[in-house]
Amino acid sequence: MEALISLFVKSVFIENLALAFFLGMCTFLAVSKKIATAIGLGIAVMVVQALTVPANHLIHAYLLKEGALAWAGLPNVDLSFLTFLAAIGVIAAIVQILEMVLDRFFPALYYALGIFLPLITVNCAILGGSLFMIERDYSLAESVVYGIGSGFGWALAITAMAAVREKLKYSDVPAGLQGLGITFITAGLMSLGFMAFSGIQL
Amino acid sequence: MSDEALETEEFEFAKIKPVLVDPLIDNNPIILQVLGICSALAVTSQMITALIMSIALTSVVAGSNAAIALVRNHTPASIRIIVQMTIIASLVIVVDQILKAVAYDISKQLSVFVGLIITNCIVMGRAEAYAMQNPPLPSFFDGLGNGLGYSLILMTVAVIRELFGSGSLFGVEILPLVKNGGWYEPNGLLLLPPSAFFIIGLLIWAVRTFKPKQREVPEFKILPAHGEVA
Repeated sequence: MEALISLFVKSVFIENLALAFFLGMCTFLAVSKKIATAIGLGIAVMVVQALTVPANHLIHAYLLKEGALAWAGLPNVDLSFLTFLAAIGVIAAIVQILEMVLDRFFPALYYALGIFLPLITVNCAILGGSLFMIERDYSLAESVVYGIGSGFGWALAITAMAAVREKLKYSDVPAGLQGLGITFITAGLMSLGFMAFSGIQL
Repeated sequence: MSDEALETEEFEFAKIKPVLVDPLIDNNPIILQVLGICSALAVTSQMITALIMSIALTSVVAGSNAAIALVRNHTPASIRIIVQMTIIASLVIVVDQILKAVAYDISKQLSVFVGLIITNCIVMGRAEAYAMQNPPLPSFFDGLGNGLGYSLILMTVAVIRELFGSGSLFGVEILPLVKNGGWYEPNGLLLLPPSAFFIIGLLIWAVRTFKPKQREVPEFKILPAHGEVA
């Protein structure tokens, strides 16, 4: 249990997907102008991440890993080269299913999150989370915690970024630095702040 | 298909040159179109990883652009994204397997970032914006140009980070370090993630100072492209 809590804290703060690994940067910079939209996208990423990381874990552990097909009587088969294709397929499929389920059962939520869901398939944070899970060989419990934690960390980062940018509207930025340039500098300062968490052990 | 290939063979190079050269500075995918920054920041603390990543991305984007342009007339609009994804993912798998075979250590260092070429916005963005409307040969050069534009930024950032962060280029010591009896005290911050943000931010500032036309780009310009891609 303690190991899981430690993993959660690590994936939220120390190994923040957005600020330490630069994942999902395209959306991070494009959709962080308003706090409300940033929170919406953050929640959508968290939900999708919490579903896709465990799903990819199961597919990797029982279908693709070397020797994973032993249950089907094929202990010598190694399909791990299909990992990328399988992972992106699973993500696209889960996003599609989630969209349809939300549309059918939770229309209010669908209208709040709907516009962000298609963006998420091509968000590197989602694919990155699954690939990190495979590379670090997490167990099923760990991948659930890692999925939720890394999604939450990303949501936290984009919300904070949007808050800073809303304030930045009122500041006097040099002409060439306006817009994208100052956003990068801000992200750098935030990343510096998050580095203060490194070395924390639970 | 061969007819088309012949036709494009005669495509004058005068027309191909802007397709190839524009993305280098004037329409750079990273600093102007804000695409594909994820990996641009993560692999640049050493020049060798940045170089391998540049080669990997350039070959994927050129290859995928050409392949997608080849099948563009046979791809129904409703499933084009999944077709593009499959083509791109297959090319990335090939690149990843080649890297694992010939440069295993570097492929370990790049870890997940080779796989993340699949979701790199440059690849999808060029497929949607160019390869779906143009014949294979110009699409190939468009991919090549954008890949080189990406590589240019990647290598610039990597030179700054490795030279001042560890006093070396490609692992060869250029500025003799204090701990080896030299005079240069390396700046450790440059090896850490935040420095990549600062360097790209300052690079954007520098480019926009010399190219005032690029200033004040409407920031939401990227959104429609993203919506289409998804």
